[in-house]
Amino acid sequence: MGLNFNMKCDKCTKKATVHLTEIVDGKVMEMHMCEDCAREQSQHMEQQFGLADLLAGLTDFGKHVPEVQQKAMALQCASCGLTYEDFRKFGRFGCAQCYIAFKSQLKTLLKKIHGSNVHLGKIPLKVMPIDGVSVAVVPEAVVETPQPPMDPIELLRKQLHEAIEHEDFERAAALRDKIHELEGRA
Amino acid sequence: MRQLCATRSMSWKGGPDLMELNDLTHSTGEWLKGTGPNAHIVLSSRIRLARNLTLAPFTNRAEKKDMEAVLAAVESAISRIPYFKEATFFRLNELDNVDRQFLVERHLMSHDHATNPQGKGVIVSKEEALSVMVNEEDHLRLQVMQSGFDLDATWQAVNAIDNALSEQLPYAFLPEWGFLTACPTNTGTAMRGSVMVHLPALVMSRQINKVLMAISKLSFASRGFYGEGTQAIGNFYQISNQVSLGHSEQDIISNINGLIRQIIEQEEQARQALLVQNRSVLEDKICRALGTLKNARIISSQETIELLSMVRLGVDVGIITDLDPKALNELFIMIQPAHLQKIEGKKLGTAERDTRRARLIREKFQNKV
Repeated sequence: MGLNFNMKCDKCTKKATVHLTEIVDGKVMEMHMCEDCAREQSQHMEQQFGLADLLAGLTDFGKHVPEVQQKAMALQCASCGLTYEDFRKFGRFGCAQCYIAFKSQLKTLLKKIHGSNVHLGKIPLKVMPIDGVSVAVVPEAVVETPQPPMDPIELLRKQLHEAIEHEDFERAAALRDKIHELEGRA
Repeated sequence: MRQLCATRSMSWKGGPDLMELNDLTHSTGEWLKGTGPNAHIVLSSRIRLARNLTLAPFTNRAEKKDMEAVLAAVESAISRIPYFKEATFFRLNELDNVDRQFLVERHLMSHDHATNPQGKGVIVSKEEALSVMVNEEDHLRLQVMQSGFDLDATWQAVNAIDNALSEQLPYAFLPEWGFLTACPTNTGTAMRGSVMVHLPALVMSRQINKVLMAISKLSFASRGFYGEGTQAIGNFYQISNQVSLGHSEQDIISNINGLIRQIIEQEEQARQALLVQNRSVLEDKICRALGTLKNARIISSQETIELLSMVRLGVDVGIITDLDPKALNELFIMIQPAHLQKIEGKKLGTAERDTRRARLIREKFQNKV
């Protein structure tokens, strides 16, 4: 089944570069979209695409919250030099140390992929500490600090930062829309 | 007739007689013997474990020296482990294209592993039940494959080998997240259990989409006969777990078992319904398939696999009674391009292969397969 590379987007008239096959109740539906329309559909597509697409496809939140995202993207594994940005692009770690370098990001990512981020399987007979880094797991203390009163848009922006940091893009998109709405009104 | 250049295999000091790839040409692995629980529907049970070593970056960031270090560490480790006593260590850059493809066709290594052979290896046990890819996406990909539906026994086998290896090699592991893999979708147990099922009746009765959708809803994956990225062909589906973190290996296996039991039941019901409601149509399809295989002079692998699937169904439901299921299973492997070229002892183009394939099938069926 070959693809026609001159296909038009189903939603507008631009060239379709994203092709999606969906099976609903046994019926095969094909969708062809340009990148812009595909991005609009991204929430829907998140469930359909592979991991590398999932990681790479939803990265353009930058213009709304540059610092937090740039901070995460610039994280770099001291051992192999892989940046978090590269990891998101290729969907592959460079070495065992990457798991430690990107630890706080991975907690959420692993949970999203597997529905859990706690290993319950076998433990090897001999466990080596990874390059002298302690492999013992210390649960992070949950500290609740009282929040000073905040401008609603500020508050939403803060939540948006958090959502992006935790890679909760669905929530981030909803928050972004809400901020736009409020900004429009102001 | 020119023989393919003899393949070199690496062995370790004091190892047994070297296995030559050419010795394997006229036989197939134990996992195709067509026995074991539910062999009428389940072709094989397979468990794959991914492991990385702390001594080098993962393969995608490894330099030549890193890959060599991993190969050397693994080679030295297996020389001390009895499970590998009769296994052979192949360095892929020492095998030619056809030989590498040959190993892929036998399900002993992945297509990706064969395409870029530099710095890569594969260890194959004598009966081909065990294989270990070295420097694939992960440093080690251990695989145990058995005939029929028995993931529990398969797990016991691969677990014992993994334990032995873990005493010799520094595994990358974090107590919190388990075995660390190059791709986060494998992190944790880094285990994939897969069962190859033959579901012709569910396909014929148009119920297969319903089954496949249920499988994906339950976070399991289904692939074709030839692994990742392949279409279902000949009504074979490889069903495996997707999730590797948050469950123990035993839990994952018991979930797959539960799902496969249901699929077996549905396929049995669909077969029964076909036999009761459409027996003559079914007999016609099966006997025509057999007739074509026995008489064709030119045949593609795709057509062969589809027809073999029908004949297999004929054997499984008792419409055909004089064929050996093991030999029939073996034909699925033997009719592939690299196998035909190894049998013929020379390179063959597509058209030549289609002719050679038809001849091989006719010969096999003359001997009742």
